[in-house]
Amino acid sequence: MSIDWAVVAMAIPLLAQGALTSLRIAALAGLLGLAGGVALGLIALGGFTPARLAVRAYVDFIRGTPLLIQIFIVFFGLPMLGWRPGEYLSGVIALSLNSAGYIAEIVRGAVGSIERGQTEAAQSIGLTRGKILLHVLLPQAIRPMTPALTNDLITLVKNTSLLSVISVYELTRSGQAIIASHFAPLEIFALLALYYYLIISVLAYISRLIERKLPAW
Amino acid sequence: MVGPERSSLPAPAPLLSIRNLCKRFGDRMVLKDVSFEIGAGEAVVLIGPSGSGKTTVLRCLNQLETPTSGTITLAGDVIGGNLAPDGTRWKPFGEADIAGQRRRFGFVFQRFNLFPHLSALQNVALGPRLTLGLPKATAEARAAAHLERVRLADHRDKRPGQLSGGQQQRVAIARALAMEPELILFDEPTSALDPELVHEVLDVMRALARDGMTMIVVTHEMSFARQVAHRVVFMADGAIVEQGAPDALFTAPQHETTRRFLAHVRNR
Repeated sequence: MSIDWAVVAMAIPLLAQGALTSLRIAALAGLLGLAGGVALGLIALGGFTPARLAVRAYVDFIRGTPLLIQIFIVFFGLPMLGWRPGEYLSGVIALSLNSAGYIAEIVRGAVGSIERGQTEAAQSIGLTRGKILLHVLLPQAIRPMTPALTNDLITLVKNTSLLSVISVYELTRSGQAIIASHFAPLEIFALLALYYYLIISVLAYISRLIERKLPAW
Repeated sequence: MVGPERSSLPAPAPLLSIRNLCKRFGDRMVLKDVSFEIGAGEAVVLIGPSGSGKTTVLRCLNQLETPTSGTITLAGDVIGGNLAPDGTRWKPFGEADIAGQRRRFGFVFQRFNLFPHLSALQNVALGPRLTLGLPKATAEARAAAHLERVRLADHRDKRPGQLSGGQQQRVAIARALAMEPELILFDEPTSALDPELVHEVLDVMRALARDGMTMIVVTHEMSFARQVAHRVVFMADGAIVEQGAPDALFTAPQHETTRRFLAHVRNR
């Protein structure tokens, strides 16, 4: 068997376009997921009971169903609600909702594991639950959360490939298009793997730098 | 009989009154009908064997534990709740009211419990800023003044991790003082300290007592109790065994339990 180097050379710049799209989606979904996840995590820790139970149920649903199914539900469900955001935005929303669920768990775990004395000390100077979470517990949780959040970001980048099923022209879908017109599946899939691997290696490197920069108390 | 370090006892206007305080954990009664009163400006030291319920008394006062029964009043205000208008049902306070009452007590923990992500100054300024609503600059000026009072002005920008245990505990005292509480509760404030650091914390507490700060101190430092306390309360097995002026209690204890405990701590 021989490798079709011409297809490879042609595919590299085309796939770079797709990779950029993947990164944009991951960045957007990562930010939205982080904001949503921190909010949900704080509700799970300090909210009123019905809100806490709702977050619990949401997290269970996200963790208990395949992301692929969640993507389809968002993609076909939003139009039913009268909103047609298109496949790109649907994809971003689905990934954000998914990562918010996982991040909520990370936040809950990290904040919940901070020593009880911190809460008591904050209570003793008259702080209420919300302020204790925001000013005392959450800042201390950032460092222990970072490795898990990094893992989540890496998973998120890989998960963008699932958006190919709703025709978002991210990295994987771009590759599939080339395969369809040139029929060189092995070359292209190997190239895709390489692209993902490089992106994630860079991310992992950056996150290690950040972890090292974070203060240790 | 009043020692040189002790201010004279002020007129007995009970600032804090504890009546029939009981606390049960599971099926274990850790406090059995504890009652006593404290006047403004009074320094009271709680002593007793470990497990006698001293710490639980303090934690009930600050509502870190909910009493099983009994009444606590601070300057006439009932702590933790209210009787409903019909006078028969007890209505516990909501979170905001509890927080409002908690800050009237300063609390100094055995293990300091400083906020590790904040500087000494920020640790002290946090309460005034967030619960008294002072502007940042005002809160920090107040915090600086209280750090000065515990002789830590030079360390205001250090994080707790960069301070010794004695320094950390003094920051914790400043943090309590900055809320301008009506009294301060000290829960074994020197027990977690290396022996050579104990005196710097006791010196600060001694100065506070001299300045007329009302305080309840749970401690095993008998010399501190002798020198500083207006009154010593001896607890054993969840109940008050006896109380009195330190000279009387230490030299002529009335109960066998007290005698045994004092002999034991003296022999250490």
